This record gives sequence, structure tokens and C-alpha cells, in this order.
Amino acid sequence: MTEAESPRTPDGRPFRDQPRWRRDFPIDVAEDAYVARRDFAKYVVLVSGAFATGQVSMLLRSALARRAPAPPRLRIASVVDVPVGGAIAFRYPADGDPCLLIRRREGEFLAYGSECTHLMCAVLPEVAKGRLRCPCHQGYFDLSTGRPIAGPPRRALPTVTLDVRDGEIYATGVRLESQ
Amino acid sequence: MKDPTPRGRPLATGEKGVIVYGILSVLLVLLVVQLWLLTATTNAWLGGDDSVVLPAAVASLVCLGLNVGLLFHIFRLE
Ligand code: FES
Repeated sequence: MTEAESPRTPDGRPFRDQPRWRRDFPIDVAEDAYVARRDFAKYVVLVSGAFATGQVSMLLRSALARRAPAPPRLRIASVVDVPVGGAIAFRYPADGDPCLLIRRREGEFLAYGSECTHLMCAVLPEVAKGRLRCPCHQGYFDLSTGRPIAGPPRRALPTVTLDVRDGEIYATGVRLESQ
Repeated sequence: MKDPTPRGRPLATGEKGVIVYGILSVLLVLLVVQLWLLTATTNAWLGGDDSVVLPAAVASLVCLGLNVGLLFHIFRLE
């Protein structure tokens, strides 16, 4: 092999001065780096495709959610079932959506989705302190609005709209923060 | 001015390496933009704001298109 044909070496010294093991495996560093970068570029584009897929799936899901029928009107409990300062659990609109119905004062009922908006732990009402607490990472939500007031959560709890009629409490819909 | 590089001359590996590095930096910048779009949109969408979902999806697809175009450019160097 002539000097011109010999592979380029990492330290720039002539090929014949390289250690024996490198002479036995004559890899051209520039060629090797080029192939490695080119393959890395392929993976970058693959990840870019995954990001775009995630974005498009979000678009499709929000389009489907817009077409979905409004949540049904559902009887949760009677007024007498919920003590003042207490709360009961219910599921709305689907069976997989745990919620809390809270009676703050005599005639004041509030209902929120009870999955923390941080990592979905169950939140606990602390009615006397005017807040809901998530025990997992000490996240706190305002009892009046469901908005996060401390800890890791950044989004409000979904609000369940209520209708209290003839001593019965009905859930009529779910409202997210920005709606 | 006369082009010092004759057209059609195959690029040396070192030259190709430089071009790939350049393209790779643009790819990575676009990838970071896409990642930012994805996290910001997910946050807004889970909070009930789906007004950003469509523009963000379009922007992300444009980034993907650019990335695929740049990747083809790398393979055209062969
Ligand atoms: S899951 Fe509620 S604060 Fe982390």
C-alpha cells in the first residue's frame, strides 16, 4: 500500500508508524466518521418523523373529541348524601374518570376530576383549608377554581358542571381550564 | 469567475464529511424545534386549548419535510 492510498489515521501520523493493531485493521477515520454521521442523520430524521406523528395524532384526537357527543346528564347523589364540609367520589363522564363532589357550604357544591394533572395521583379535598392536595408530590389546587396553587401541577383540574334540582345533584358536563 | 471545482468531480470523503456535519447541525436544530412544539402543544392540549394543535402539526410536518429533504441531499452525495 503506498502512502497516498493508506487510510487516514486519527493522530495524523503516517500509517506505517501506527501501532500493529491499527495496521491490522486499517480503518480510514474520515470515512468512518462520515458513515457514522450519515447514519446518525438517518436516526435524527426517524425521531423527527416520530415527533410529527405525535403531533398529527394529537390533531386527529382533538378532531374526534370535537365530534363526540356532549357528556350525558348524570345523577350523582342527593343533597342529603353529602355532609357540609365533606366530599363523595363519583365517576363522570366515563367509568374511567374519577371525580369528587365537594360540599363546601350549605348550598355550595363543587365537582372536579380527581386525577392530579401532574402524574394522575388521586387528589384529596381539604375543605377547611380551601384546597385539594395531591399527596404524591405535594401538589395543591384551589378549591374554588381547581387551579394549581403550589407544587408540580401546571394545569387546573377538570371542572364538572353541576345542576342541583329538587334535592338531587346532577353532573351536566366537563370543562377544561381554557374553555 | 471560473469555478475551480470541475462539475461532476466526485467529492472526497473529507469534503462529504464537512457537508454531512453542516446538514446534521441543521437537522438537529429542526429536531429541537419539533420537540419544543410537541411539548408546548401537548401541554396546551391537555389543558383544553386545542387552538394550537393544527398550526403546530403543520409546523412539525414542515420541519419533517425539510429533514427528509436534507437526508436525501446526504444520500445524493454518494
Ligand atoms: S401526581 Fe400530583 S403532584 Fe405529582
